[in-house]
Amino acid sequence: MVDVLPRASVSVARSRPRSFTLRRGSGLLPKLGFAVYLVALMLPICWLINMSLRSNEEIMSTLAFWPHHPSLEKYYYILNDPTWIHAFGVSLTYVAINTVISVTAALPAAYAFNRYHFIGDKYLFFWLLSNLMAPAAVYAMPFFNLYYAIGLFDTVWAVALAHCLFNVPVAVWILEGFVAGVPREIDEMAAIDGYSFPRFFIRIFVPLIANGIGVTAFFCFMFSWVEQLLATTLTATDALPFAAVMSRSYSVSGMDWSLLAAAGVLTMIPGAVVIWFVRNHIAKGFALGRV
Amino acid sequence: MTEKPFNNRAWLMVAPVFALVLFSALLPMMTVVNYSVQDSLGQNQFFWNGDAWFRDLLNPSTEIGARFADALLRNLSFSLVALAIEVPLGIAVALSLPRGGWAVGPVLVVIALPMLIPWNVVGTIWQIFSRADIGLFGAALTGLGLHYNVTQEPISAWCTIVVIDVWHWTPLVILLTYAGLRAIPDAFYQAARIDAASRWATFVNIELPKLQKVLVIVVLLRFMQTFMIYTEPFVVTGGGPGSATTFLSIDLVKIALGQVDLGPAAAMSLVYNLITLTLCWIFFTIMMQLDRRRYA
Repeated sequence: MVDVLPRASVSVARSRPRSFTLRRGSGLLPKLGFAVYLVALMLPICWLINMSLRSNEEIMSTLAFWPHHPSLEKYYYILNDPTWIHAFGVSLTYVAINTVISVTAALPAAYAFNRYHFIGDKYLFFWLLSNLMAPAAVYAMPFFNLYYAIGLFDTVWAVALAHCLFNVPVAVWILEGFVAGVPREIDEMAAIDGYSFPRFFIRIFVPLIANGIGVTAFFCFMFSWVEQLLATTLTATDALPFAAVMSRSYSVSGMDWSLLAAAGVLTMIPGAVVIWFVRNHIAKGFALGRV
Repeated sequence: MTEKPFNNRAWLMVAPVFALVLFSALLPMMTVVNYSVQDSLGQNQFFWNGDAWFRDLLNPSTEIGARFADALLRNLSFSLVALAIEVPLGIAVALSLPRGGWAVGPVLVVIALPMLIPWNVVGTIWQIFSRADIGLFGAALTGLGLHYNVTQEPISAWCTIVVIDVWHWTPLVILLTYAGLRAIPDAFYQAARIDAASRWATFVNIELPKLQKVLVIVVLLRFMQTFMIYTEPFVVTGGGPGSATTFLSIDLVKIALGQVDLGPAAAMSLVYNLITLTLCWIFFTIMMQLDRRRYA
């Protein structure tokens, strides 16, 4: 008997995944579809990389899947030009500032929205979300006036603050889902153990939702990194973001496609690095949302 | 789920967020309201114009009214088509993603790539990519015998913007849905296995209900984003040919900066905001209803 039991459980354990995979992977179709999607997704990106390695004449004259005379010339050019390097630094700086501000401000707010009822909570939450709908194209001019008036124009702070308009609501929204995943009993236990609220929040609560902070930071980083209309409107010379320098190459001797493509490839790198750091948080899964 | 306590001190915790967003939202909004009720003769001379801009705008027989109605319809149909493709596609891809192992990380990074490209670069890629002579997408479609030309054919231009949007933003749907799927406890799947549920039954009875809230959020986010789409059509088609891809934001900027008609542009953006607000309020109410039903 003693001998039979483990063997039986082993065979159960062995047979279970097989039947599971049989049913799940029964079609080759999903896998094929997934592969097709990945290829479709990668094609434009490969095209961008391809363009960055070719000369402008070659880009404009022939359709080619591979560069005939690949050269890293444009990358050298960008990496040796102080304007580009400075612009890259500027972009990274305001994105970083914005991410830190958004996550820090959103943490207590997400907690409050999840744990308490207070006057106007639903309306406040909806008002926050409604700012995601503000068409940046329309707000660009008023933003310019506002930041010029308070003397922040052409600084990284102007862009970082302006991006809070959509990043803070996003951060509150995402974090709230994570806060909901922490049982309220933990708050109560900490209170019984004599933790003051700030101490509880920083020492116990924040580590508990570290996952959520990572994921939120990724989304804030992403939305701020790709936004350019406000970033270019709010800067002139000192704090010129990467995108503004890119749009300059439109005018110089026609269109420098190859240079633009090289710059485009470089702009993908920071985001890819950030998502590499949070990949496990995403794979672990999170249930967004409760209102 | 116990009832949440009522505590107005929670406002203290919300205050920083409130102040930050108010700072960036209030003044620009007031500027727009201010412009919408005035007319200018240039040189910064403004005079009171009452609700005249609004009456023009909402009357389809005037020039601006017709223009607005067209752009609105165009944008609504674009949003609907984009959502109808992106959401099912996103769910399907999320379901077929690997659930563990070494491949998860690289696959997630690759899938997220389109979202991480600044929007004008997205436009630049597709400008070349969709050309019939030197771009793969255009060449492939022409090779299939389709009459494809982004700069001349309204239908081509419109479809190209949809394809770009699908390429650009389906990753968002995938990432959020995937995260939502991973949050479903294994016990649910085991129960389904014991019941010998088919793959489809598992999806309909377990995964879809569990994803409900994530999906509402995804739809809401994507709707707002498609409704204010600007950079991609601006770079790739410039709103053309004709006005085939002149979506609301493009039209707004044309009027505000191109013609310097700040009054009508401001009135238009307010009406536009009201429409999105109303639609989102409807979504929002549905979300709250779902929530109440769950905890009732």
